[in-house]
Amino acid sequence: MVEAKKIWQYLEEVYDPEVPVLTVVDLGIVQSVDIDGERVEVKITPSYSGCPAMKRMEEDIIEKLNEKGINDVHVELVLSPAWTTDWISEKGKEKLKAYGIAPPQDEPDKSVLFAEPIVVPCPKCGSKDTKLISQFGSTACKAHYQCNECLEPFDYFKCLK
Amino acid sequence: MNHLFEYVLRLGDDSLILGHRLSEWCGHGPVLEEDIAMTNIALDLVGQANSLLEYAANVEGKGKTADDLAFLRIDKEYRNLILVEQPNVDFGHTMMRQFLFDAYRKILFEKLLESGDEQIAAIAAKSLKETKYHLKHSSEWVIRLGDGTEESHRRIQNALDTLWRYTEELFYSDEVDESLRASGVLPDLSSLKQEWTNYVHAVLNEATLEIKEETWYFQNGRQGYHSEHLGYILAELQFMQRAYPGMEW
Ligand SMILES: [Zn+2]
Repeated sequence: MVEAKKIWQYLEEVYDPEVPVLTVVDLGIVQSVDIDGERVEVKITPSYSGCPAMKRMEEDIIEKLNEKGINDVHVELVLSPAWTTDWISEKGKEKLKAYGIAPPQDEPDKSVLFAEPIVVPCPKCGSKDTKLISQFGSTACKAHYQCNECLEPFDYFKCLK
Repeated sequence: MNHLFEYVLRLGDDSLILGHRLSEWCGHGPVLEEDIAMTNIALDLVGQANSLLEYAANVEGKGKTADDLAFLRIDKEYRNLILVEQPNVDFGHTMMRQFLFDAYRKILFEKLLESGDEQIAAIAAKSLKETKYHLKHSSEWVIRLGDGTEESHRRIQNALDTLWRYTEELFYSDEVDESLRASGVLPDLSSLKQEWTNYVHAVLNEATLEIKEETWYFQNGRQGYHSEHLGYILAELQFMQRAYPGMEW
């Protein structure tokens, strides 16, 4: 019988197709790994309701575990508790930054209209002089920013709470 | 009538039809950022529709899937609000429709967190996080356009005048709501209208827009009576599955 610890290690080799530096574990979407004899069940929770990468990650998890010789794999999508960017690991946040995506910052509640803009440091040059271009970016989980210092446009992995 | 099925279908159809409407902007947005914003919001809505219709199919217990419900019903079987099937017209009109709906959805989902039905509470918790972003986006645009140029003000005031007659339906309630309330599936929703009115009035006021009360309000969408626009949406939405049943790609 395979150990859960081993499964978690294997899951560290399954990457988010849209943010390919993050594993499903870094992203915090793996809720649990349950083992019953030969049967392995992995519960994952979607980042966004319409995230098209979820189906792909589900298939990738099955494929990876099959590759490791585990054949009876079931991936279940659970909605509760709802995913939050707080579940992205510290290691994940560092990887995002190195990849050129600003990691999520603490943000005020979305119900505050025209709130003081938050400071999102530029992942390229580190400048804090950046501006929001659009709350909605290249994928559901990102906002679009630009650096006023080095002029580089960049993605910000927006806070979801 | 299966009341739980009916209620979840209402929620799911609102998401599906509005998501489809918004997706019509893909490649036509006034600026690239808004094109991307509207399609992202459409994606969230279609994702919510998927969770809701999957649950509805499950509750119905007739072996159907979310896709069957989305693609294989006729217009009279759709339970969405008449508001969400209204045409896009222009960007201001689209933002006004979105704003009136988002404000309702956000307050409703906050209340549904207390639903006695675990799955409804879970979908509400998930969707609420996304809806907060949508509402912030549409509210800010209503204010910018209303309190903007003469032209933007004229257009968005026009949108408000056209769409206001569909707002009473947001608070439509019948035996479905009553029985689910009695069985504890639905929490107390009696303050929904007041909370919506407070929020909407505050934003419209900031936007220098005026509400013109109507003498007639449309509110038959929940029973399957729709405007002429829904049929055209369904023609496009369903074409593939009707022409090539069971097709996948
Ligand atoms: Zn920079």
